[in-house]
Amino acid sequence: MSETITFTIDGKEVSAQPGQTIMQAADAAGIYIPRLCAFEGLVPHGSCRVCTVMVNGRAQAACTQPVADGIVVENDTEKLLAIRRDIIEMLFVEGNHYCMFCEKSGNCELQALAYRFGIAAPKYPYLFPKREIDATHPDIFIDRNRCVLCGRCVRASRDVDGKGVFEFVGRGPQKRVAVNAEANLADTDLKTSDKAVEVCPVGAILRKRVGYAVPVGRRRYDHKPIGSDIEQAASKK
Amino acid sequence: MASTKQKRVIIEPVTRVEGHGKVSILLDEKNTVTQARLHIVEFRGFERFVQGRPFWEVPVLVQRLCGICPVSHHLAAAKAMDWIVGGEKLTPTAEKMRRLMHYGQTFQSHALHFFHLASPDLLFGFDADVAIRNVIGVAAKYPDLAVQGVMMRKYGQEIIKATAGKKIHGTGAIPGGINKNLSIAERDVFLKDIDQMLTWCRGALKVAVDYTTANLATAAPFGSFDSNHLSIVRKDGSMDLYDGNLRAIDAQGKKILDQVAPQDYYKVIAEEVRPWSYMKFPFIKSIGPKDGWYRVGPLARINTCDFIDTPEAEAARKEFMKLTDGKPNNITMAYHWARMIELLHSGEKIRDLLNDKDLQGTDLVTKGDRRDEGIAIVEAPRGTLFHHYRVNKDDQVVMANLIVSTTSNNEPMNRAVQKVAQDHISGKPEITEGLLNHIEVAIRAYDPCLSCATHALGRMPLEVILVDSTGTVIDRKRK
Repeated sequence: MSETITFTIDGKEVSAQPGQTIMQAADAAGIYIPRLCAFEGLVPHGSCRVCTVMVNGRAQAACTQPVADGIVVENDTEKLLAIRRDIIEMLFVEGNHYCMFCEKSGNCELQALAYRFGIAAPKYPYLFPKREIDATHPDIFIDRNRCVLCGRCVRASRDVDGKGVFEFVGRGPQKRVAVNAEANLADTDLKTSDKAVEVCPVGAILRKRVGYAVPVGRRRYDHKPIGSDIEQAASKK
Repeated sequence: MASTKQKRVIIEPVTRVEGHGKVSILLDEKNTVTQARLHIVEFRGFERFVQGRPFWEVPVLVQRLCGICPVSHHLAAAKAMDWIVGGEKLTPTAEKMRRLMHYGQTFQSHALHFFHLASPDLLFGFDADVAIRNVIGVAAKYPDLAVQGVMMRKYGQEIIKATAGKKIHGTGAIPGGINKNLSIAERDVFLKDIDQMLTWCRGALKVAVDYTTANLATAAPFGSFDSNHLSIVRKDGSMDLYDGNLRAIDAQGKKILDQVAPQDYYKVIAEEVRPWSYMKFPFIKSIGPKDGWYRVGPLARINTCDFIDTPEAEAARKEFMKLTDGKPNNITMAYHWARMIELLHSGEKIRDLLNDKDLQGTDLVTKGDRRDEGIAIVEAPRGTLFHHYRVNKDDQVVMANLIVSTTSNNEPMNRAVQKVAQDHISGKPEITEGLLNHIEVAIRAYDPCLSCATHALGRMPLEVILVDSTGTVIDRKRK
């Protein structure tokens, strides 16, 4: 039985199927809800909170919240933009994000979100944490300075690659992505073709020796802001 | 023990140079100069914090040393990393794109220095009214010249953007090659204006030549001294700013070393540390630290090369060498003349490269056997630049050594400061701002980049503090 659910996002009527999340329905309707931990094909995680929307006046993560008939969703409001901007700024100051020489620059979702939200510099003080680099694998390296704990690699390795190479360890500020090995990344069975290597939104997990092969001007977000693909897909319909 | 009447004059910061430095001059009770030093007060630390980073990141990371000639660091590091990936024999497209980037940078940097930083002294006089002795004063009295300076800098910067992706801190050079070629459309934009640029280069050279010849009596001894000169040259002895082997000559032109491969630099060059400066003092090993110091940059390059491989610059070089009867030119103020010969040379090189179809090639990257050490040298606008790295099996940098051109010119700039202080300040009853500017004029001739960092246009105060030997401030002047 197919039942269509109808609700509104910022006053616009949106149709959805039962079981869809608010984010999935919004994407189909050409409404971009910013996100970082969410990734198509991976189980929703609801951890970054960048996709926070107001559902009938209560804050919810759009990537995990299922649609329901008649709900009133707020997305593009001053209050939510301010909340999302704060979240993004906190992600920046909690790590060591030096966009100026990071090879992910121009392809980085965190950087692209900052540009979309007009963040020139965070208002919070930098924490400058001391984090480790694991370059032991012959073809892949982890730079934890840039990790935002989105968990995409954890989910992709477990659910898509069927390997469980990555897992979170620690709590609070000590939380980090660990590898499922006695020692280092080189001791795992991670391959460059694994989904877990592909999904990192920032420059934390990278294929070695790729570097800056794509010139400035041809990178993913050089000309179009993040989310414009979703918005444009709808306008072509 | 120092006399209690001893005075110390501090020029801090030195103005119209890149970065921050200060000059300290010690005077006795008769205002006789007893000591004069240029201090580099910034500390950078790049050699330490590239350690642990993946090697392919270094050309992009380390160029952040500087905002004026980051391309030099970008290319020197990329050339060193070519050796790491075994790709030091670049494809024609990659090498020519890098060369175009490099000549674009030399073009904009030399134009910036001559028109914006040095010309106020040359056009108005060393002790002219400080209110007009600046780039705004140049724009008011010589508007055509000021506009040319801006437009030439822009041209060079646009070339950097077309080759590196950005005007400042691009990503074009990658280990073993380049990440883009030059499209026909990009090329045609530059070809349209190249003749105008070359005309302006000739005009700028004429300003430098006319200034030096008209003021030879005062310019020749100003901050001048005999010195060794060092640069890279091509195998046939031609000037080559992008690649070549080391050559050093003494003040009379006798070769101290020649055709030393960059990979052997450490066998012929060493660095001395002195307690009063953050900057090291490089020297030629075979001569030793006392007399082994040398000059680098435009003057040294014109002196060391046998010829220049572009016709107009070569004609200008021959004219330049006539001034000293073919012997090495040791006149500090002749740096400006030499720099403008290189500006013209860069313009000619850019024109030749733009007409080379290899720039539209698609074979961009090469590689071979992996190595764990990479050493490379380029001739930055300010002089010879050495980059040396070691990389572990995990692709992380474990050692970096950079000898930047201003470091090589450390001892010469100190000599120039001492000479000018002795010749122009010592014994003067009153030490005016104009007299102190003489010191800065000598430093500016070297176009130093004291921090390898760019700074926004703003108020750059010159403060002079007179203190006695107990440290008590006697007098303080600000401009």
